[in-house]
Amino acid sequence: MRNAFAKTITALAKEDPRIVLLSGDIGNRMFDEFKGLFPDRFYNCGVAEANMTGVAAGLALSGFRPVTYTIAPFNTYRCFEQIRLDLCYHNLPVVVAGVGGGLAYAGLGATHHSCEDIACLRSLPNMRVLCPGDAVEVGLLLAQAVKGPGPSYLRLGKKNEPVVHQVQPALEIGKAILLREGADVMILNTGNTLPEAMGAAEILTGRGVSAGVASVHTVKPLDKEFLARSFASCRLVAVMEEHGSAGGLSGAVAEWLADHPGQKARLLRLNTGEHFVVACGDQRHARELCGLTATAAAAAIAKALG
Amino acid sequence: MPATTDTVAAMRAAAKEIRKQAVMMSHRSRAAHLGSALSCADVLAAAYWGVLRVDPKNPADPDRDRFILSKGHAASALFATLALRGFFPVEALADYAKPGCHMEEHPTPHSAPGVEAATGSLGHGLPIGCGMALGARIAGRHTRVFVLMSDGEQNEGSVWEAAMFAGGQKLTNLCAVIDFNRWQATGRSCEVLALEPLADKWRAFGWSVVEVDGHDVAALAKAMNGLPDPSGKPLAIVAHTVKGKGVSFMEDDNNWHYRAPSDDDLARALAELEGA
Repeated sequence: MRNAFAKTITALAKEDPRIVLLSGDIGNRMFDEFKGLFPDRFYNCGVAEANMTGVAAGLALSGFRPVTYTIAPFNTYRCFEQIRLDLCYHNLPVVVAGVGGGLAYAGLGATHHSCEDIACLRSLPNMRVLCPGDAVEVGLLLAQAVKGPGPSYLRLGKKNEPVVHQVQPALEIGKAILLREGADVMILNTGNTLPEAMGAAEILTGRGVSAGVASVHTVKPLDKEFLARSFASCRLVAVMEEHGSAGGLSGAVAEWLADHPGQKARLLRLNTGEHFVVACGDQRHARELCGLTATAAAAAIAKALG
Repeated sequence: MPATTDTVAAMRAAAKEIRKQAVMMSHRSRAAHLGSALSCADVLAAAYWGVLRVDPKNPADPDRDRFILSKGHAASALFATLALRGFFPVEALADYAKPGCHMEEHPTPHSAPGVEAATGSLGHGLPIGCGMALGARIAGRHTRVFVLMSDGEQNEGSVWEAAMFAGGQKLTNLCAVIDFNRWQATGRSCEVLALEPLADKWRAFGWSVVEVDGHDVAALAKAMNGLPDPSGKPLAIVAHTVKGKGVSFMEDDNNWHYRAPSDDDLARALAELEGA
C-alpha cells in the first residue's frame, strides 16, 4: 500500500501544484521520484509530528493541499490535538496518512501498532476516516481525499499486501464497495484485512453458507444505506477490522444499530480485542492471536450463524 | 525603516484604545485574561499600525502579511485591534463573549474578519505560522508572518519543534514575538519551568534574537520591520512586558489573569488609561 501511496501522490502532484508532501522522517527513498520532480514541495519535518501537523495547517490556510506522512500511531495519537484543532476545527484540506495501520508493524511491538486510531479519528468533527483494503483502493481514496474540502485520515498498511481488486472499482468516499453478494452473512471489512475477509467468504461458501463481502473503505462518513440493506437482508453482519474492540468500524456500526433497532441481522464483531497485542512475531502471527485470519473468521461466523 | 512621528503617535493612540476596549470587554462579559490582553496591547498596536501589510477591506488578500495571536487567551485585545483597524465595526465588540456571538474568548477565523488562525490551546500558533511562512516561500510571495506567544506558552514542546523546523528551513519571513511578562496562569514563568535564559534558547535553535521593551511601540515596530533578518535566520523578539500594563492596580498582579473588573475597577481603569 505504501508504494501505491508514493506512486499516486507523485502522479497527483504533477497535476496539482498545490500538493505538498510532509514526511515525519520516514519513507525517504520511497519519495525519491517526488523529491526529484518537486524539490520545493517535499519537506522532511523530522520526528516532530505536532509541528508537522501545524505546518500542514499553515500551508492549507495559504492555499496548499498538504499531505502528512509517517507511521500511523505517531501521525495520530502523538499529534491528536493538532489534528483536532489545526485541521478539523479549521476544516482544512489536509490528508493525514498513517503507514503501518493496525498490526502491519506487528513485530515492532505495541509502540508501532495502531489499533485505536479509527476510534480516535472518527470522533473528530469534519474528519473523514479512510481505510483502504488494498493498493488499488489506496490510489483511488488518496486522489479523492486531496480534493478536500476538509481533512481526511488515510490508514495505510505496509507493503506487498494481496491486491483484491483485479479491475478498478468505482470508488466513492462514503460508499461501501460490494465485492460479493451473500444472503446469510455480509462481512463488512475495513482496511488491510480485506484479503482475509475474502478468504473467509470463500471458506464459508465451500461449506454451503452464502457469504458476502463489502469493503467499507470509509468508516466516516458511514455508508448508512449499505448498513440498512445488509442488516435487512442477511442473518448476520460480521464486521472485520485490524483494530481494537472499542470505537472502530464495529463501534460505528453498533452506534448505528442502537439508533435503528429491530434489524433482522445480528452483529458479530471481529477485531483485535481490548488488550495490547504483546508478542513477537509478524502480522500473520498477530492475526492468528486475534482471530483475524480467514480461517478463524470463517469459524467464528459459522458458529454465530449456528 | 524608522517609524515616522505620525506612525508612532498612531501606534500609541491605538494601544491606548485597545486597552480601553479590552477593559470594557472584560467588564461587560465577565471574561478572564484581561492582564494578558493589556500585556500585549503595544505589540498589537505596533504590528497593526506600524508593520503589517494588511488591507481591512480585503482581509483575504493572498499577499497580505499574517499575524497569529498564538496566546489566544488575549482574544479581547486582538478583536479590539481588528475593529479599531477597520476590519469590522467597533460597536460589534459590545457582543464579545456574549451568548450566540462568534467572538468567543479564544479567537477563530469564524469569529471576525482578520483572524488568521484558531488559537487558545497554547503551542499551536508557531507551527501554523511556520506553514504559512513556508507556503509563502513556495508560492514566491513576499508575505511576512508574525506569531505572538506568551512566556507560559514556551512550556509547550510543540513551540520548540516549530523553532527547530523554522531554524532548519531558514524561514527568514517568520517572526516570533514572545510577550515576556514573567507570569503564567498560576506562578512566575521563570519559576514554574526553567524558562531562562530565554533569548539564548531561541538563539540555540537557529534564530536571530532581539530583546526590546515590549511597551515601546517604536522599538517593537523597528524590531518587527527587521524582517527578513539579514542573518538569514527567522527572527525572535523577546518583548519584556508587564502583565496588566496601563492600569496601575492591575500591573504585575497575577490575580488579573482571571479576574474581571467591577464597575468601580472599570471607572478607575478607564480614567487612568484616558489620563495616560
